[in-house]
Amino acid sequence: MSGFIEPIVGRYVHVEIDGETNRIYFEESGSGIPLVCLHTAGSDARQWRHLLVDDEFTKHFRVIAFDMPWHGKSNPPDGQYGSEYRLTTASYTATIRAFCGALGLDRPVVMGCSIGGRIVLNLAIAHAREFRALIGLEAADFQQPWYDTAWLNRPDVHGGEICAALVSGLIAPNGPEAARNETLWGYKQGGPGIFKGDLHFYRVDGDLRGRTCAIDVNQCPLYLLTGEYDFSCTPEDTLRTAASIPGAKATVMERLGHFPMSENPDQFRRYIAPVLQDILDKQKL
Amino acid sequence: MESERVRHDADPPVPFTPDAVLAAFKAIPDLLARDAALIARGRWLDVDCLLGPSTQPFHVTIRAGQIADMIPAPVLMRSWRFAYRATPAAFAAYWQTMPPAGWHDLLALTKRGQATLEGEIHPFMTHLQYFKDLLALPRRHDFGAAS
Repeated sequence: MSGFIEPIVGRYVHVEIDGETNRIYFEESGSGIPLVCLHTAGSDARQWRHLLVDDEFTKHFRVIAFDMPWHGKSNPPDGQYGSEYRLTTASYTATIRAFCGALGLDRPVVMGCSIGGRIVLNLAIAHAREFRALIGLEAADFQQPWYDTAWLNRPDVHGGEICAALVSGLIAPNGPEAARNETLWGYKQGGPGIFKGDLHFYRVDGDLRGRTCAIDVNQCPLYLLTGEYDFSCTPEDTLRTAASIPGAKATVMERLGHFPMSENPDQFRRYIAPVLQDILDKQKL
Repeated sequence: MESERVRHDADPPVPFTPDAVLAAFKAIPDLLARDAALIARGRWLDVDCLLGPSTQPFHVTIRAGQIADMIPAPVLMRSWRFAYRATPAAFAAYWQTMPPAGWHDLLALTKRGQATLEGEIHPFMTHLQYFKDLLALPRRHDFGAAS
């Protein structure tokens, strides 16, 4: 008797980023409009596995989720071992554009969560013509820090345990226990200093206040969705950001936190399905 | 005794009585004693800390993840390594079966000014999930349903 095999296919693509070759792992499923999914800081593309096996979406979208360099199965570039990893607005943007270019994607939709949601705003500001639509989950132009990231990478504190314990409070209470555990498991597996390095972009380099007003949603539709239990990027942060962008659509998702796609996939589906349908409908016009 | 930096919101998010919050907090040592998994999570932890409602915190002595002693503060010349104190309204909200958003995590409470974390917080951070679960024990034992 053979076991159930999911339709997800995982491969590696070699991508030139800032003069260095990166061997990037990505998973994909489906066909149609390319939909590139960006994971949260300190985790990897496994967060998107439920979306990748949703028949209703994969019959219209080629859903693609990749591990950022230094995350999951995408190792650091060969020349970078031993150096301190620090994500910046420029390096994050370059990585996404290079990945989409390496796969030859034609004006993909990009959906990112947390830092992925923040960088989606930068894509909307600086590269809107390259994308069909942009979706920011747990996205805002800025949010107030609530802990010192120095705790994330020091020899006297277990990195995996503290990363997971810190973000555990960002998951909405009473969601599916297995999904909660799986979401936290991703945080327990990150490389040393990687979550902290991602948050360099979030905390230090990626403040987009005053810049989001340049976003033109007629050029590229923008959807923002934030979980009501996200106290890191709060609904108020997202609504404030949306208010600065004429035509941006903002939704507060009930019973969800900072990791909607992985912490409670069924609840997230209720909110993302209409967004993806809206994108499909626009293609038919 | 109450920390000056704890902010009391005018409107608590859930109805509560200070006595009920105090009684629920006092039950934590017994609840922990019945939770072998949580004790195991804290098996490397030895610390003297100050925990509880900002109106009546407790000196808590933790040895190998178990509460060896818990007595109301102040105690003459008793020291502690770190303190986590929250308003009674914050604990009442935190202990709800479905806590209101923004009141559902120890660090959400500090962010919103309903709790303070002070002192030498290394043991708190190395055992963060332990303390989150320890201070949530009344939630799992029907505080929210009873209030």
